[in-house]
Amino acid sequence: MGPSEPSPLLRMRGIVKRFPGVRALDGVDLDVQAGEVHCLLGQNGAGKSTLIKVLAGAHQPDAGEIAIGGEPVRFAGPTAAMRAGVATIYQELDLVDGLSVAENIFLGHEKATLGFTRRGDAERAARELLGRLGHGEIPPRREAGRLPAAGKQVVSMARALSHDARIIVMDEPSAALAHDEVANLFRIIRELTAAGVAVVYISHRLEEIREIGDRVTVLKDGRTVAVGLPASTPTDDIVALMTGRDVEYVFPERPEAGDGPEVLRVEGLALPGAFEDVSFSVRAGEIVGLAGLVGSGRSEILETVYGARRPARGRVLVDGRPVRPGDTGAAVRHGMGMAPEERKSQALLMNETVAGNVTVAGMRRYAAFGWLNRRRELADVRRQIAALDIRPPDPRRPVATLSGGNQQKVVLARWLLDDADLRVLILDEPTRGVDVGARAELYAVIRELAGRGIAVLLVSSEVPEVLGLADRVLVVREGRVVHSGDARALDEGAVLNMIMEGSAL
Amino acid sequence: MTDAGVGEREGAGVPVAKDAAGGPRWRLCGSDGGARGVGEVHHIGLVAALVLLAVVGLVTEPDNFATSGNIVGILALAATIGVITVGQTFVIIGGGIDLSVGAVMALASVWATTVATQSYGPGVMALCAVLVGTGAGVLSGLLISYGRLVPFIATLAMLVAARGLAQRMSDRRTQLVRPENDAIEKLSTTKVLGLPLVVYIFAAVAVAGWVLLNRTTFGRRTFAVGGNPEAARLAGIDVRRHTLLLYALSGFCCGIAAIIIMARTTTGSSTHGDLYELDAIAAVIIGGTLLTGGRGTVAGSILGVLVFTLITNLFILNGLQTSDQLIAKGVIIVIAVLLQRRGLRSPT
Repeated sequence: MGPSEPSPLLRMRGIVKRFPGVRALDGVDLDVQAGEVHCLLGQNGAGKSTLIKVLAGAHQPDAGEIAIGGEPVRFAGPTAAMRAGVATIYQELDLVDGLSVAENIFLGHEKATLGFTRRGDAERAARELLGRLGHGEIPPRREAGRLPAAGKQVVSMARALSHDARIIVMDEPSAALAHDEVANLFRIIRELTAAGVAVVYISHRLEEIREIGDRVTVLKDGRTVAVGLPASTPTDDIVALMTGRDVEYVFPERPEAGDGPEVLRVEGLALPGAFEDVSFSVRAGEIVGLAGLVGSGRSEILETVYGARRPARGRVLVDGRPVRPGDTGAAVRHGMGMAPEERKSQALLMNETVAGNVTVAGMRRYAAFGWLNRRRELADVRRQIAALDIRPPDPRRPVATLSGGNQQKVVLARWLLDDADLRVLILDEPTRGVDVGARAELYAVIRELAGRGIAVLLVSSEVPEVLGLADRVLVVREGRVVHSGDARALDEGAVLNMIMEGSAL
Repeated sequence: MTDAGVGEREGAGVPVAKDAAGGPRWRLCGSDGGARGVGEVHHIGLVAALVLLAVVGLVTEPDNFATSGNIVGILALAATIGVITVGQTFVIIGGGIDLSVGAVMALASVWATTVATQSYGPGVMALCAVLVGTGAGVLSGLLISYGRLVPFIATLAMLVAARGLAQRMSDRRTQLVRPENDAIEKLSTTKVLGLPLVVYIFAAVAVAGWVLLNRTTFGRRTFAVGGNPEAARLAGIDVRRHTLLLYALSGFCCGIAAIIIMARTTTGSSTHGDLYELDAIAAVIIGGTLLTGGRGTVAGSILGVLVFTLITNLFILNGLQTSDQLIAKGVIIVIAVLLQRRGLRSPT
């Protein structure tokens, strides 16, 4: 089927969706024909998830048109979308753990008479749907929370099928599946498309897209950059579409590779289900970046190094001394500091002032017999504000009124109060929610901190950020470090290829 | 794709087959609440606790404990708080909490026993109690679902305000049910098969609650709203409307409880039901319902109420102090929750 087809089953035009401070979708077009598998591609944050939530009626678009079968539609809520024949399999959030498999499948459209559920009917229908999916062995009465991830995925599929949908949206359905399960998924998808159902398929695995997809639409920064390309388009072309950027990143100069002493050493670290056998080291003054997809295990690696999770095997050493595993207090005593991904919920006290946020972890320094020496506290905070150029330079200002970039600096300032103590700085998505303009400044601060002899370990979803800022890059895929090397020897396309499908290209 | 990657991902798929083989073991969890097996395990513990308490009663007070008068007394005592607990169970499974239950019951009892209401006869009195209770519940529900107040705060405000309104309406005096309206009192004095009618009301509410929770779409959606509100919303459930209905249901139960307390005491008073909210929440919790929502059973809550009532009874029979009784209840709550946590951890 080609784009010349007169009337597509689904047609989305100029979809715009704004969230406070962000344009998540900025004019997206999508055409999907009946009976095709249409793949949606884009990097993290390109707007794929927002787009499918608009299609599912979970978000209302601020502008744009949706037509199904030539009829313009407006979805007031998820029920309206389901009635119009759109069923969505979300990556997560989909199932209620406390309900049974059958109850989950028919949640919201229960088989019932006058409000009384017909449980026998529901269980029979559930068994049939599961059987059609090749998983008749999943008991319809089993509590969904007790199923393994692959089982939950099958239940989500069964739920989509139970709606008799004309369009089924699948958000990374293969992420939780084993190899032979993926083959089974493809068999089901082929059955569906043969019956005239349109499938919108989202995946990061390009090999899968080439196997199952008919056409491809590429999103980047909330816009459509290619509509309805044939799935056979060469990988390099697709990657180029996904990576071409409007934004210029300004990175600080990299100093000549120093041979500072090794500060952080990670040996054979493993957390089953998240990552296996991770070993690396970071020298004083060096910035090491982890690149990988969400769910690749990169954030779990950071959290385990910092002691927020307890590894099954392996150890972490700072300056040659082993750190007690699974104990963030021990990590801090050894000189580790962490700026977590969710700044607002995991790091900042949003009701507090800048000063209160900077000194919260080091309050003992200003206390005598339980009384705080406010003057000394403010003096120290002022020094940090000046050093990191936090604006506005007012320690008494509520931290909630600062911009994202300045909030991130407040988090960094917390660990720098006693900079003789800080040996390792761990940064998870340091520029998330930070304006593009303010990023360059934050990069400079991070590089400056490394210059003081601190070992910096960072994770970012933005590949150019890792490549531009880090000295060395570790590429993580499916819980394993698949590449480790000098950042200067890599480019964005090469890293994207590695994090998406490895050497199979 | 590397070989190692394939191997690992295939490994991740194996549990599906294993679990399938383990199916029969799971079926042992029973048919009814099978999907919510944790609660089942919990019930055995509560039944054991009841048996243990009964044995203690038989041993310490052999002459007084096993009399029919005492058993009926226990059930009649459990009826008021039991009906309230059924409503509270729904609210908590749905991810909320209702602190206003005791105060709303008091307000309903006062409103139903005013001179004006009593002049219409016992039927209108009962209807009035139910309407006042439901109305208070709807108001709390509106504040929570559409006004976006935290349930704790909205129902705390309702607790204080309802208690105040009850005091103002009654002038802080206990209002007697007038003799011509003794049909209300008869609910407590008339016995069928040896049990007063209020016990049947309690049983009817418990059974209706069980059916509503386990056999209707409303019950099914209550689990979904409390367990994963976002998933419920994406499944097309009107989460706000459902939340409103849960508080209305709790208020309705408070109205029924007001009828029972009027029958048992022949009074309406602003002091009725003091601290019932804590007893009801405690009974729900020891009955195995998660305070965070999404899991729970009516049967567990009823057993929780019976355990508490039995403890009260034993302490009174043995002439022990109320203070010791409170300490015992506190200890039981802690033990129950500790067991609950273990039960949750084991299956995964």
